[in-house]
Amino acid sequence: MSAGAIVGVGELAPQRYSAGVTTLSMLATAAIEATHDAGLSRGDIDGLLVGPQVGETPQHVPATVAEYLGLQPTMANVVDLGGATAAGMAWRAAAAIQAGMCQTVLCVLGNINERGRVPRSPNRNPIREFDVPFGASGANTSYAFLAQRHMARYGTTSAQLATAVVAQRENAQLNPKAIFHGTPLTVDDVLNSPFVVEPLRLLEIVMPCAGAAAFIVTSPERARDLRHRPVMISGAGEKITHRAMSQAPSLTSGPLKAAIASAYRQSGTGPADMDMLQLYDCYSIVIALTLEDAGVCPVGESGPWMVENDLTWRGPQPLNTHGGQLSFGQADLAGGMSHIVEAVHQLRHQAGERQIADARTALVTGNGATLSEATALVLQREDV
Amino acid sequence: MTNKDSKAASYPPPTPTAVSAPFWEAAQEERFVYQQCADCARAVFPPRAHCPHCWSQTLAWQESTGEGTIASFTVAHRPGHPAFAELAPFVLALIDVQDGFRLLSRLTQNPDAGLQVGDPVRLVWVASGDWKLPLFEPIPVDGGQ
Ligand SMILES: [Zn+2]
Repeated sequence: MSAGAIVGVGELAPQRYSAGVTTLSMLATAAIEATHDAGLSRGDIDGLLVGPQVGETPQHVPATVAEYLGLQPTMANVVDLGGATAAGMAWRAAAAIQAGMCQTVLCVLGNINERGRVPRSPNRNPIREFDVPFGASGANTSYAFLAQRHMARYGTTSAQLATAVVAQRENAQLNPKAIFHGTPLTVDDVLNSPFVVEPLRLLEIVMPCAGAAAFIVTSPERARDLRHRPVMISGAGEKITHRAMSQAPSLTSGPLKAAIASAYRQSGTGPADMDMLQLYDCYSIVIALTLEDAGVCPVGESGPWMVENDLTWRGPQPLNTHGGQLSFGQADLAGGMSHIVEAVHQLRHQAGERQIADARTALVTGNGATLSEATALVLQREDV
Repeated sequence: MTNKDSKAASYPPPTPTAVSAPFWEAAQEERFVYQQCADCARAVFPPRAHCPHCWSQTLAWQESTGEGTIASFTVAHRPGHPAFAELAPFVLALIDVQDGFRLLSRLTQNPDAGLQVGDPVRLVWVASGDWKLPLFEPIPVDGGQ
């Protein structure tokens, strides 16, 4: 069953800092690349999904991006699910196409990262009121709570968490676009990096950078006439449970569990069917929790599992073959799109040196806030 | 209680709303209050205009015991907000208050104190800038003061 297909992808190489560019210009570069990759042109795009608060504009983002790109979509929307945004865009695009609102949707995300810029949230919400005054600003603290709890409950160790980070870094050595391409990493490197929020260290926390990515969704029927073999969105799931970490239903599992289960159910697949795991990985602990929520390993056993299994591109179920956000780079919300772009490359068998053999099915996850907003996709190479 | 807490005036203050104001007003009098639903009897925190469990709009303020356990914690070496830099490293924790709600707070304890998930804690009022905040300290195993 598929409601939509991904037919084009575009992605800028992440950069530590941007200078002399705007978010809109980076979005445009990624969007044009994705459209051309699909073998389409500007006039074919009649749907547009964007992220919230694009650098140059906090409001009217779809209209601003549409005008900048010279598009006049018949469906446009903001998707505001943090790291879960990209995967959330995929099924929304397919649903809009099924509903007859449009035929071909551009999904695009990106962000500048200027040196010296200090982001400060002007929000007036329960987090600003009840977390920030105590000294808990930003996501690091929340993920540290998750890691500490998992360690306390299951005996998970820092060395186990570091193993996954290192495996992804090894994958990144085969990806020239990865921000840490050419910079291998060992478990000791991770364990010797300074604590940021105990038990989490610097090298298990994502590094902000600049970049953008885009993908194009159209109907499965239209997809078959385009340049590349289509990548079918054969299952999707989504669940949102909370915003503040203090309100999370669980500290050792997340809404990804339900989102992934939905994606499996819709696609008629299960964890053993996945040829690759393209899992949102803003922090090492998120990899561990997602492996458990995806049923790839038993609950509580992700620590030893990550050590015992080869998570690199050589293994039977490679993890984040592009390097993941931790080693490819996380350009704001586009970081969550990198997993989709990589899955498409792998499923088209166009992943170059890091191509895994006979890749047919991928699990892609998105995670927003702190295991708060969850989206999952099962993407499949269409049978001939 | 640390003197470092009271001298940093640039700490981000609480931002009370019309709904949450009673919590912060009580806090300045060193009373730790939370809402309880009149219909389902469950605790509601942070404050709001309705019960998220049953959508009742009848909530009453109760005084909390201020005792609970550590659901999880972290030692913050690099705080996200610059005002806390000189306080670092310090302990942030999720506290399961025995009245039936969880909140994020800071511990007055030294980060090297050997904390564990599940440790019992109790409320202490500490000034942070112009505000009194409900912080927590571990309850010694002998239960003494
Ligand atoms: Zn109620």
